[in-house]
Amino acid sequence: MPDTLTPVLTSDWAEDQSWKLATYERGGGYRALRKALAMAPDDIITAVKDSGLRGRGGAGFPTGMKWGFIPQDNPKPKYLVVNADESEPGTCKDIPLMMATPHTLVEGAIISSFAIRANTAFIYVRGEVVHVIRRVQAAVAEAYAAGHLGKDIHGSGYDLDVVVHAGAGAYICGEETALLEGLEGRRGQPRLRPPFPAVAGLYASPTVINNVESIASVPSIIGNGADWFASMGTEKSKGFGIFSLSGHVAKPGQYEAPLGITLRTLIELAGGMRQGHELKFWTPGGSSTPILTGEHLDVPLDFEAVGAAGSMLGTRALQIFDDTTCVVRAVLRWTEFYKHESCGKCTPCREGTWWLVQTLTNLEKGVGREEDLDILLDQCDNILGRAFCALGDGATSPISSSIQYFRNEYLQHLSEGGCPFDPVASTLFAVEGVR
Amino acid sequence: MTTSEISKTDLVTLTIDGVQVSVPAGTLIIRAAEQVGVQIPRFCDHPLLDPVGACRQCLVDVPDAGNGRPMPKPQASCTIPVAEGMVVNTQATSEVADKAQQGIMEFLLINHPLDCPVCDKGGECPLQNQAMSNGRGESRFAGSGGVKRTFPKPINISAQVLLDRERCVLCARCTRFSEQIAGDPFIAMVERGALQQVGIYEKEPFESYFAGNTIQICPVGALTSADYRFRSRPFDLVSTPSVAEHDACGAAIRVDHRRGQVMRRLSGNDPEVNEEWITDKDRFAFGYLRTDDRLSYPQIREDGELRPASWPEAFAVAARGLASAGSVGVLPGGRLTAEDAYAYSTFARVALGTNDVDFRSRPLSQEEADFLAAEVVLRQGATYADLEAATSVLLVGLEPEEEAGTIFLRLRKANRGRRTRVWSVAPFTSNGLRKTGGTLIAAKPGAEADVVAGLAHRTDIELDSASVILVGERMATSPGTLTAVARLARTSGAKLAWVPRRAGDRGALEAGCLPTLLPGGRPVTDPTARVDAATAWGVAGLPDQPGRDADAIVAAAASGALGGLVVGGVDPDDTADPAAFRAALEAAHFVVALEQRETDVTRVADVVFPVAPVTDKPGTFVTWEGRPREFDAVFVNPHALPDARVLAGIAEELGRPLGFRTSAEAHARMVEMGPWDGDRATLPDAPTVASTPGESDGLVSLATWKLMLDNGSMQDGEKYLRATARTPVCRVSLTTARALGAMVTLEGDRGSITLPVEVTDDLADDVVWVPANSTGHGVLADLASPGSGVRLKGADQ
Amino acid sequence: MTQEATGLGDATYAELREIAARYPEARSGLLPMLHLVQSVEGRVTPEGIEACADILGLSTADVSGVATFYTMYKRRPVGDYHVGVCTNTLCAVMGGDAIFERLKEHLDVGNDETTADGKVTLEHVECNAACDYAPVMMVNWEFMDNMTPQSATQLVDDLREGKEVRSTRGPRIATWREIERVLAGFPDDRVDEGPGAGPASLVGLEIAREQGWTAPAGEASGTTGSPADSAAESAALADTGRAESETRQEEGHDDA
Repeated sequence: MPDTLTPVLTSDWAEDQSWKLATYERGGGYRALRKALAMAPDDIITAVKDSGLRGRGGAGFPTGMKWGFIPQDNPKPKYLVVNADESEPGTCKDIPLMMATPHTLVEGAIISSFAIRANTAFIYVRGEVVHVIRRVQAAVAEAYAAGHLGKDIHGSGYDLDVVVHAGAGAYICGEETALLEGLEGRRGQPRLRPPFPAVAGLYASPTVINNVESIASVPSIIGNGADWFASMGTEKSKGFGIFSLSGHVAKPGQYEAPLGITLRTLIELAGGMRQGHELKFWTPGGSSTPILTGEHLDVPLDFEAVGAAGSMLGTRALQIFDDTTCVVRAVLRWTEFYKHESCGKCTPCREGTWWLVQTLTNLEKGVGREEDLDILLDQCDNILGRAFCALGDGATSPISSSIQYFRNEYLQHLSEGGCPFDPVASTLFAVEGVR
Repeated sequence: MTTSEISKTDLVTLTIDGVQVSVPAGTLIIRAAEQVGVQIPRFCDHPLLDPVGACRQCLVDVPDAGNGRPMPKPQASCTIPVAEGMVVNTQATSEVADKAQQGIMEFLLINHPLDCPVCDKGGECPLQNQAMSNGRGESRFAGSGGVKRTFPKPINISAQVLLDRERCVLCARCTRFSEQIAGDPFIAMVERGALQQVGIYEKEPFESYFAGNTIQICPVGALTSADYRFRSRPFDLVSTPSVAEHDACGAAIRVDHRRGQVMRRLSGNDPEVNEEWITDKDRFAFGYLRTDDRLSYPQIREDGELRPASWPEAFAVAARGLASAGSVGVLPGGRLTAEDAYAYSTFARVALGTNDVDFRSRPLSQEEADFLAAEVVLRQGATYADLEAATSVLLVGLEPEEEAGTIFLRLRKANRGRRTRVWSVAPFTSNGLRKTGGTLIAAKPGAEADVVAGLAHRTDIELDSASVILVGERMATSPGTLTAVARLARTSGAKLAWVPRRAGDRGALEAGCLPTLLPGGRPVTDPTARVDAATAWGVAGLPDQPGRDADAIVAAAASGALGGLVVGGVDPDDTADPAAFRAALEAAHFVVALEQRETDVTRVADVVFPVAPVTDKPGTFVTWEGRPREFDAVFVNPHALPDARVLAGIAEELGRPLGFRTSAEAHARMVEMGPWDGDRATLPDAPTVASTPGESDGLVSLATWKLMLDNGSMQDGEKYLRATARTPVCRVSLTTARALGAMVTLEGDRGSITLPVEVTDDLADDVVWVPANSTGHGVLADLASPGSGVRLKGADQ
Repeated sequence: MTQEATGLGDATYAELREIAARYPEARSGLLPMLHLVQSVEGRVTPEGIEACADILGLSTADVSGVATFYTMYKRRPVGDYHVGVCTNTLCAVMGGDAIFERLKEHLDVGNDETTADGKVTLEHVECNAACDYAPVMMVNWEFMDNMTPQSATQLVDDLREGKEVRSTRGPRIATWREIERVLAGFPDDRVDEGPGAGPASLVGLEIAREQGWTAPAGEASGTTGSPADSAAESAALADTGRAESETRQEEGHDDA
């Protein structure tokens, strides 16, 4: 039984100048690369498959299997694209990772590219985090200078170029085909699938797109072995992951633990809920995952158990809200986010979010009828599974789940003719009595 | 692949709404459903555009994807190909599909202005229709006090096309058409989410030659034309299928009219020809039918002035005049129906007893006449389908985007789909060539023959039996080129077709409006062919010598060798030497003009007959492929008669009747005479080659062709269309431009013109290009003959 | 098309071409090229759109479609400092709404507006991936963590007065145009400023250290990189009852 917390990706974050190549190599960095370069690429894919690593960007698709889909007999170049467009509300793990130890990602990208036989890799970083971009740019430059990148890497005969690409503000580019559009200099609107990116992705060539944390986990898997990784976590959700606690807990922050840890344990580690308040609702993996409540404190945070509880593990973005928070306000704000970020391509997402926001705005103001809740749910039903991509589905999650758990709070808005909550009470500086 | 070529093994069997159906592999569910009579509602789907799956209106339930497993959520039937054993339930049988579709329709309508009563599309609107069939009666959005998205009402995205963003459902048909079909991505989706809209860049309007198609395929009233906006209701219109008269492509059109007036024209659907697309000229240029200068009664010249006359009087006066004029030449022009061309051909031989007849109302050559007789008449050298299936297409002296829009679109389709390689023997890489993925084979005007001859030795250009060579009519005056092209086609096995510019050119060739050919490709010099034709016409014999070609007719009229002229729709400024043509008109003793409108010809003619435009008569246009396309009259109009009827009237007064009066009768006679099955003329191996113009004396050679939208008289009355024409420029090389400045004056032997300079990268330093009919009276009248030398001067100097 | 004379200058044209050349297909350079246009022009100007279209062989409508899709591209001039306040749910609840209201009042501007002195452009922004530091602000896309209405007003006052301001876990704040240049892929000299991680990023690690918790020892004994004995060995040791799910999941947001 592994320890409660298992720092691997986060283990060097506190080092002095943790982002530097020298620091990283001092801690054993780039040894996995040398080991990988001596392996057959297919053996690396096998190791990643055997580790049980599942995509850390939210959907949890087995990473090694994804790599295995790349048709190696396709004469076109293969590409690795790292999805560093971390934008899902509540999700805040990749950004600190790239700021603190970008070389973990770069080393992972090199090993992964070698495995899928890509000679060019891209790191698509959202544009709104300039210091993170600096650190990744510098890490790539250092890696070139050290011979980890470029031609004939460490005499292996393997060539790899890595391009750091800054996005420009679009949540939808976290969706992998929209990201490819952005990377091709187009509007970030999702592509029709099939063809899947593994067959025709970037420049219509076979492409693997992986999340930052997935790729950053690869050096440790290669370095320590698939069984080491698989010894952590639960039966179908192997390994460790970064759990990001935010909101009304005493010590919000990053907690790296084996998959399957519970929110109860995490909140205890985080010093409990804010003094004098109780857990009201939380998201297990960002705003697109249906909210859960205090009754779910003991749900193991792995793909299966969270799914069984009616939500999704997502990105382990645990946004914690206490009893001072108005759920209608929270849901409205998320819905406004989806409306703002809807790419506009498909009808249900574009028009649906437009309508949802109007309905919720009225409800928050206490305007409307009880039937509006049913209309709201019916709108969600007409979006979920009807939209072109998962953004539309995500938009419905907070609404459907909040009505499921807090229908009475919605009705309370109507009966009281407005929001019964004091927004000041839920702020970080509530105790200061500011404003 | 045609349907008949699909073998049984290519068929996939699936079940839609409980009905088994077998369709070709790769068919999308939405179209397979049509086979069982189920219309799935849709907006973004269009059979000629790539699937996009954006509007989500066509969601269906797929309980079995063909692998025994259900698809987990409703699927967009416009994006999913059929699979063996698949089970599909549409709105007709599935509550899930029906609710999904109702939900999408509701979403589409929440931000739609529902201004159907004032919308041009009302009555023929897919959104309106499908909202009725697949939507709910009451709006829950409005019921809950929803606020609609609003935009300022229509904005011009070109002078012709207006965009109403409130009505738009963002199906992206228009933007996809522009990018995929036309290759003119001047409209694009801009903004994002609920504010996403179709837009242009502020300085680059939607000036595509094919822009009008977006109006037609818009499934709502978001795109309208300045031309048609608020002019009528679909249910007030009568639609008549027809064929476009503006080029030799034979595009199917639909003429919508009301109370004797054409209100608009739309593309017809002719899969073998234009599919569902037409040029903006075909769509919008019909105002010439209602200009003030339309002729509506016959006129005869009396004391130097034209005066109205009755038809019988005009026939009699014309007959008398022609009879007393001595020899008569016939210049029918290239815009005739095949029936009218047959009438001119018959009139010349039977009524006038001459072979002095030539449809070529533009620069021409003997080599061309030989080429047409040997290589073109009676032959279907290549078709649109051949273009689409070709491995490579060689263009010689043809700029399809400007001169034959339907060919351009087919070449783009071929290049985009099958990666057909396009090569062009031309002076520079045009945008049109770029859009077909083509490669330039640079040739100076007049030097095309050598370039074409040299292609046989180039290994990078592969021509074989799956290739097509298209040669444009302009090559008539490039000595040796047509001969070289014919030789290249023979040696390579490539298909060969000649592409003229006018709708009636090919039909006139087939009808024998050439001094060397009788109808059906019968050589004038072949005694058997003459007997054959004479028998069909019921005359004793026919002149046995080739007649004068158009240039010779003009010269003979000027010199007095010809006393009379019968002129059809010929614009003097189109002819090889406009001044000479005008002089010939003046010199001729007696001129009979058959025209739709008052022109320089009618102004000097002795008898003027108003002839019916294409809307007012039935007829046939023969496409550049040699494919006949027949059409009916749209209107019955007593003010003008078909050329054939006029000629028949004159012939009867001459006592030598043609044997037909109506277009239908002319058609029947023409069919009866049929094609010649004897020996055809052969192309002389060594054409007479005139010397190319000198280059040493500071002259540069003049390249020119007509732009699709220019000063052509059949675009008269269309201010919105004309406003979308390309700005005339003078193309020169960078080196030349540096010496000239921003404006250049070209001086030729007929005059000079001044135009802004546009640097064209791969144009040779000693070549200049200008549009042939976008300034003044056009290049032929105002500057010089194409291919000749002109002098360049900076206009600011 | 001929190269038009624009306000961008030859040096910028050369850099735009340099960006395009980083990619196997030039069009991929469009996003960073538009960032460079902003760094030179202070916004996406018509000249910038035309330059990108010219270099990449695109229609201006296409470039315009891209420039209007992404929220970081601005059509109106941006101040020296772009001040973003996260008002997505978590930050809003934790105080972002109050901060944004206070700043609007304090600066006398609305959302996406610039102060009269041209110094500060205020905008509410979406989640910026720093939720453990809520409420979060961004100044020229540098993190300003755990803000309050007071610290926010102090921050914008300092910016307007030209005082040196540092990100709470990053470098000295540069101007918006300078930052846009970094986003275009031309690094500045600030990469080594600021810490590797802020305090919230380290809470879990600190607890683990206090408790002596670690990941299990692996072949690389403790750290991520030591070479293992052989690939064959790791394969042999691999858990054959692994979690390779046969159920193909729906691909969700971020990635799979």
